[in-house]
Amino acid sequence: MRIVLPAALAGLIATPALAADLTVSIQIPEMSVAEYHKPYVAVWIEGADKSITNLAVWYDVKAKDNKGNEWLKDLRQWWRKIGRETTMPADGLSSATRAPGEHTLDFSGSNEPLKNLKPGQYTLVVEAAREVGGRELLKVPFTWPAASAASGSAQGTTELGAVKLELKP
Amino acid sequence: MRMSRKAAAAIALAIAAAFPLSAHAHRAWLLPSATVLSGSEPWITVDAAISNDLFYFEHHPMQLDSLKVFGPDGAEVQAQNQATGKFRSVFDVQLAKPGTYRISVASDGLMGRYKLNGETKRWRGSVEKLAEIPAEATDLEITETQRRLETFATSGAPNEAALKPTGKGLELVPVTHPNDLFVGEEASFKLVMDGKPAADLEVTVIPGGIRYRTELKEVTLKTDAEGTFKVTWPEPGYYWISASVRDAKPSTEKAKSRSASYVATLEVLAQ
Repeated sequence: MRIVLPAALAGLIATPALAADLTVSIQIPEMSVAEYHKPYVAVWIEGADKSITNLAVWYDVKAKDNKGNEWLKDLRQWWRKIGRETTMPADGLSSATRAPGEHTLDFSGSNEPLKNLKPGQYTLVVEAAREVGGRELLKVPFTWPAASAASGSAQGTTELGAVKLELKP
Repeated sequence: MRMSRKAAAAIALAIAAAFPLSAHAHRAWLLPSATVLSGSEPWITVDAAISNDLFYFEHHPMQLDSLKVFGPDGAEVQAQNQATGKFRSVFDVQLAKPGTYRISVASDGLMGRYKLNGETKRWRGSVEKLAEIPAEATDLEITETQRRLETFATSGAPNEAALKPTGKGLELVPVTHPNDLFVGEEASFKLVMDGKPAADLEVTVIPGGIRYRTELKEVTLKTDAEGTFKVTWPEPGYYWISASVRDAKPSTEKAKSRSASYVATLEVLAQ
């Protein structure tokens, strides 16, 4: 099971001493547009060995008859690499779209989906697609597991703000 | 039935236009509203037209008599809401099952040319209709024409069941899946003639959007000994792929030669 918690709660969870942790924070920018819909966002990890680890998908999970699935293809890299082979909604993976602001996802190395992540070079990928809006994809490279505390970030310009990655040994 | 010369000419023109890749410069195409879809039982709508520029409705609608759609299990699926307007035909396809659909307009017919009372006449039909050609015709030449136009759409994960060639005429056998094409990546396809590699064949690749640029951006490729050709897509969008073969191997002894053509519309996605 993967753990997804708001930032405020994350600190309350005890972490096993030896497990590496990974925290992703994603900024959804405020938009001043006539028609605004919160973006669909997918977060995953690509390995240098071509492995894919799905971390989160924010979309219209509550739409009647899974109508929200119709637009999942707009997360086009995610769709190609993960979505088209995955039945959505997926337990522990999908959740509702998020409002503008900063959102934090915490993952413990001792739990799914990181539990079986082999040591190596990886890239965190965050893709956002907004209805009647644009699309943006950001990448942050990292090494797993972290030998010491490490961080990385990427700055979006349109559909995403800052994406930050923090690693703890 | 008597017909004015003008009316006969108009009909001849309409017939020529209904056949893709005739001696005319017109291009025939199918244009799907989307090729990569998510969600349950999505729909696409497809335009079918014959035009000069890709992909604009400016000349003639394509006749849909030989339209066939094959679903992810290889079984035929009914195209819905068919209509033919001034410049284009249109139909809808529901992708009721996950997987890849092949949408094709394929025909196999005979074209004839003969002389009657000193005048050159043209005829179009099938083996069954050969009797329409007057017995006193001379210089009779019959060519078999095998035309195939295709496009593809996938709901969910792509699969291959609908992509199996029929073994008749010129066909495309995907090596790279036709709904997994991305800008900057190399895609590979095989052309087969009666199911066998169509080696050393010219393939034309033209990106859509011709109206808004000055150059055609046509790329001419050649198939290798295995019938394979490779394309690295320079930009996202719809592409028109075309090839044709003339040979002396018609499927009926009534014809002397054969003209086979293949056209596909492929969508290349942005990264």
